[in-house]
This record gives sequence, structure tokens and C-alpha cells, in this order.
Amino acid sequence: MPEKTMRDAINEALHQAMEQDESVFVIGEDVAGCSGSAGDVGAVGGVFGVTEGIYHRWPDRCIDTPISESAIVGAAAGAALVGMRPVAEIMFADFIGVCMDQIVNQMAKFRYMFGGKSRCPAVIRFSSGGGFSAAGQHSQAMYQVMTSFPGLKVVVPSNAYDAKGLMLSAIQDDDPVLFFEPKILYQETADVPDETYTIPFGEANFVREGDDVTVVAFGQMVPKAAAVIDALAEEGISCDLIDPRTTSPLDENAILESVEATGRLVIVDEAPPRCGLTADIAGLAADKAFSSLKAPIKQVSAPHSPTPFSPELEAAYLPDADKITAAIKATLA
Amino acid sequence: MSIAKETLLHAYRTMRTIREFEERVNAEIMNGQIPGFTHLYTGQEANAVGVCTHLDESDTIISTHRGHGHCIAKGAEVSGMMKELFGSSEGLCKGKGGSMHVADIDKGILGANGIVAGGPPISVGSALAAKIRKNGKVAVSFSGDGSVNQGTCFEAMNMAVVLQAPAVFVIENNYYSEHTSINYAVGCDDLKARTEAFGFPVFVADGADFFAVHEAAGKAIAHARAGNGPAGVFAEQGRYHGHFVGDPQAYRAEGELEDLRENHCPLKNFRARMAETDELSEAELDAIDAEVMAEIEQSVTDAKAAARPTAEQVTEDVYIQYTATA
Ligand SMILES: Cc1ncc(C[n+]2csc(CCOP(=O)(O)OP(=O)(O)O)c2C)c(N)n1
Ligand SMILES: [Mg+2]
Repeated sequence: MPEKTMRDAINEALHQAMEQDESVFVIGEDVAGCSGSAGDVGAVGGVFGVTEGIYHRWPDRCIDTPISESAIVGAAAGAALVGMRPVAEIMFADFIGVCMDQIVNQMAKFRYMFGGKSRCPAVIRFSSGGGFSAAGQHSQAMYQVMTSFPGLKVVVPSNAYDAKGLMLSAIQDDDPVLFFEPKILYQETADVPDETYTIPFGEANFVREGDDVTVVAFGQMVPKAAAVIDALAEEGISCDLIDPRTTSPLDENAILESVEATGRLVIVDEAPPRCGLTADIAGLAADKAFSSLKAPIKQVSAPHSPTPFSPELEAAYLPDADKITAAIKATLA
Repeated sequence: MSIAKETLLHAYRTMRTIREFEERVNAEIMNGQIPGFTHLYTGQEANAVGVCTHLDESDTIISTHRGHGHCIAKGAEVSGMMKELFGSSEGLCKGKGGSMHVADIDKGILGANGIVAGGPPISVGSALAAKIRKNGKVAVSFSGDGSVNQGTCFEAMNMAVVLQAPAVFVIENNYYSEHTSINYAVGCDDLKARTEAFGFPVFVADGADFFAVHEAAGKAIAHARAGNGPAGVFAEQGRYHGHFVGDPQAYRAEGELEDLRENHCPLKNFRARMAETDELSEAELDAIDAEVMAEIEQSVTDAKAAARPTAEQVTEDVYIQYTATA
């Protein structure tokens, strides 16, 4: 199987979806690039290169916009409401702050408020998360916030293989989907088939299997947790590592079954802790698997603080191998 | 309009400081010394300086992601800024903000801003405070040709008119927003007219000419200060670098950058004007250049030696009181 970066895997999914379905189109800031300039329109393909080459194949369906996030998301929602399958790019997940109304009050709620009579098959893509010294307004995960809104499906891939299959599922899905691409993983590679394939939403991936501790991790924390678990295996500690892949819908059964078997739970996410996914999963386990627990649940997250700029501060801010290791060992103490 | 010699000296020094600061930052990014996302202001120096020469410390500015020039022009300390860009805990923002968030509230610098068009509404708030306090202060926001297409910018402009607040909207057209031309992203062909349609006057200037910007900004700021409501400045001048360091700049026309550097340089233009009018001598200007070079060199030396932040500092300054326990 060919190795591809996560960036290329998502790009391939977009190309294949565009080939298969004429109602799919891409819209956002610089998704083509160079519009109106002396240069070659389409030369950019998104600031992270995820929409590369799409304009040159389908100039009518790869649409550069002004810097107007509310209008971009609203236009995607509106086009979807009348039967198109837009894939909108919001360059950084943090810019949800600019277009929150169109996401949470509009597209998320159409179907419910309209009595089940509408469909809004829009996908909004975001680069997300920390690790670039990009400071408070260009580093947030944001998926944990959006998971709390009923009506939205929320996807967080942790590797190139999943990213492609999840993107193809997202585009086929008839509900609005928010697709968060941990930007620190864009250049990470995995074996990715050339053919199309889908990965169903709400089906967790068991990245590692073990008996002692259940570890649930999201996005860029999945490879970090996997490395920790591999190191702990040499000390004789064996862990399940569960990557939910979609936070809404959430594969509750996979998590609960694992916790029932191991009796220990560590949850790892890069976002701050309050009202986040670590608390969400801890609550789930406390509610539905309490009698299986042999130790207190451990949450590993960023602190309740914005993302700092300085590399030393950001390194201390994001969960790292030491913190994940300590949490796993604490459940075994 | 004649400008006092002191002001001329200050304006030239400030433009030169911005130029050398940015060129050095560019080099330090290439050396891997400055982390994060950095956007350089080189070429646009006359805009910031032409505007800020009319302001004192208690007038406010709010800046953009391309903020170094605005901050220096409004009096931010160069060495504190350099330390901030290097991520030192001795930086202006203790290494918490970096390039996109340089701020110095005491100097009326309400911050660079990583959100395009995040600034104008905040600036209207500062202008409103000046109106309520009747203190004759103005609030200036800087926006790019891309930023003006954001709803927040429209809302701020309209509300400033409704409130008759002394807000000054400085629009810097450098022809591109990231990789997209203004010809595409601004739907009408007259951005000045579109802005004036909100209901305030907009004064136009060649952004390569300090004297033109100074004159246009002087009119706009006087209008706002006098209690006539908001006003605008529209200055055109290209940036010399890419959108960010490393941008391949596929959108440029052949020879565009060479032409900009050669024929549209605010520093060269300033010197040419001084040679004509004899207001400042070449020796005076050369001396400023040398002093600025030394100051920038020193700021980098200091930044490299400055204290690094420690892990405990991550959760400091989230609130004034209340430290979260997580
Ligand atoms: C809300 C938001 N959308 C998009 C971006 C990404 N972005 C940063 S700068 C920029 C272009 C801004 O163009 P302009 O306003 O002309 O300013 P210039 O960069 O030319 O100084 C874009 C799209 C952002 N930072 N914030
Ligand atoms: Mg611009």
C-alpha cells in the first residue's frame, strides 16, 4: 500500500469525491489561490495545501472567497440545504469564533427546527490544534466545544488512513459535519489505499490492545499516547488505546466495554479541561461503568489557560509523554 | 503644511527602525531563532508612521497580524518587542503572545491581532469611551484590503457612524490578502467609495510617501478629534515580503517586487524630499541609520540572552484573581 501524508490523503479524498459527485464543491479562502492576481489561479490549494490541484481540474467547483467566515459557512449551509455537497475550508479552527452563529444556530439546527424536513449535507474543514507556537488565536482544538451542539457531527482523525476514509464518509453524510484536521499531523504518513473507502462514524479504532488500562485519546494525542503505551509494554504494562475518531457520534460501547475489562481509565486530549472531552468520557464511565472501576479515572489535558506562544510554554501546556505515563501509572498505583 | 524638524527626525527614525526591525526579524526567522507565524511590514512603513505622528500616548491604536510597524510607530519599545518575538519571559507580553499579539496598553497599543478584522469593533469601543469622557482622544484601527471584507469591519464602521464616535479607520491596501488579489476579493471597483458610503470621509494617500499619509491622516484625525464622528484613511502601498516568511508569492507579476523596492520606497522617497527641501541633511539621516542599526543589533543580542519562561508561568495571567486548579 502506498504511504501518504495526512494532507495528501485528505486531498485525494476530495479529488475522488469531486470525481464521483458533481454536487461536491470546495469553497474557502485561498482554496484555489491567486484569484484576481497576475499569477496562476489555483497555484495555492489552501494554505496547508489540502485542496491542491482541485481548481485546475474543476475551476467552477473550487471557489476562492473574501475573508468572510460567516458568509463562507452560511453559503455552505445554504447550498447544502438546496442539495449541493459543499466542503468549506475555515483555515484555522479558532476562526469558529467569527462564524459560530452560522454553525451552531443555523446549520446545526435546521433539520430539528424544520421538523425533520431538511437535509444539510455540508462539510466544514478546519486545521486545528497546537504545536506551532502559533499562540492564543491559531492553536485551539475547538472540536471539544463543537461536540456539545446537537445536530453537528464532529470528526477528528489521528492518521492519514482514517483521514481519507472519514472525509469520504463526511462528504456522503446527509448531516452537517465538522472535520477537524490536527495540523501538526499533516505531514505524518500512513499506508493509504489509492481506492476510495469509507470509515463509518461512531466506530472507534482500537489502536493498541491490552488488559491493564484503557486509554482514550483524540487527534494529535493518539500517536503520543501510542508511543507511551509501547514504552510501557516493555515494563509489562499493557493498555487498550481507543481513538474514537468521531466525537459526535461517540462510540460509547467501545469505551465502556474496554473499561469493564480493564477497570482503569485514562483520557487524553490537548484542549483545556473544563467541559471538554476528558470530562465527558470520565462522566460516561462514572455513570455507566462505575462498578468496574478499580482506580480513580485520570484526565490528561491542557490546563485552563489559553495556548501560550513561547515554545517552552507551549511544551509545558500540551499533554506530553511524561504526563500521559504518570496518569497511566497512577491508575495502577 | 510644514512639519517641525523634530517631527521629521522622529518620523524618519521610526520608519528606519521599522525597516531594520523587520529585515532583522526576517533573517532571524530564517536562522530558526523566531518561532510561530510572523508577517512583515517592510515597505508599508510610511502608513504607520504617517498616522501615528498625529497621536499621543492616550490615543489608541489597534493593529493586525502584520503589527510590528504599527506598534513601533505608536512607541512600543523595540527591545521588548524583539524579546517577545524570541519568546522570552522578558518580552512585552512575557512570551505569551508573540508576533501576532504584541501589545502595550500603557502606550495606547491595544494589540496586534491574529483574527482578521478582530480589531475595528474594539477600536470603536475605545472611541466610544473617548466620546463619553469628552477627552478629545481618538481611536485608530488598522485594516488590510482583505480585512475590510469581514462583517465585523462593516459593523464597526456603521456603528461608529451611528454613535458618532471618534474612530479612525486606516485601510492599508497592499493589493493582496494572503494569496488573493484585491481585484477579486473586493467586489466593487472603488473601495474608497464603498467605505465612504458608510457615512464618513475617507482621505486617500500614496503609502510610499510619508508626507502624503501624514497629510491624509492629519485630516482624518482632526475630523474625529473635533467631534465630527469617524473618518478614514486609505493608503496604497505593496508589502516587500510574502504574506508570511517562506511564501512562494505565486500571485506576483513579473518584476513587481523589484519595482516596489526600487520605485516605491518610503525611506528613499523621504530622503529624496529632504535633499530637495534641505530640511534635514544627509549627514543627519545617515547618523540616524547608524544609530538604528546599532539599536536593532543590541535588541537581538539582548533577546538572545533574555530569560526563558518556565512551566509555572503557563497558568499565570489567565485572570487577575482566581487560579484554576486543573
Ligand atoms: C478571521 C480570520 N480569517 C482568516 C485569517 C487568515 N489570514 C491571516 S492574514 C490574512 C490576510 C489578510 O489580508 P489583509 O487584510 O489585506 O492584510 P495583509 O496581510 O495584506 O496585511 C488571512 C486570510 C485570520 N487570521 N483570521
Ligand atoms: Mg492586504
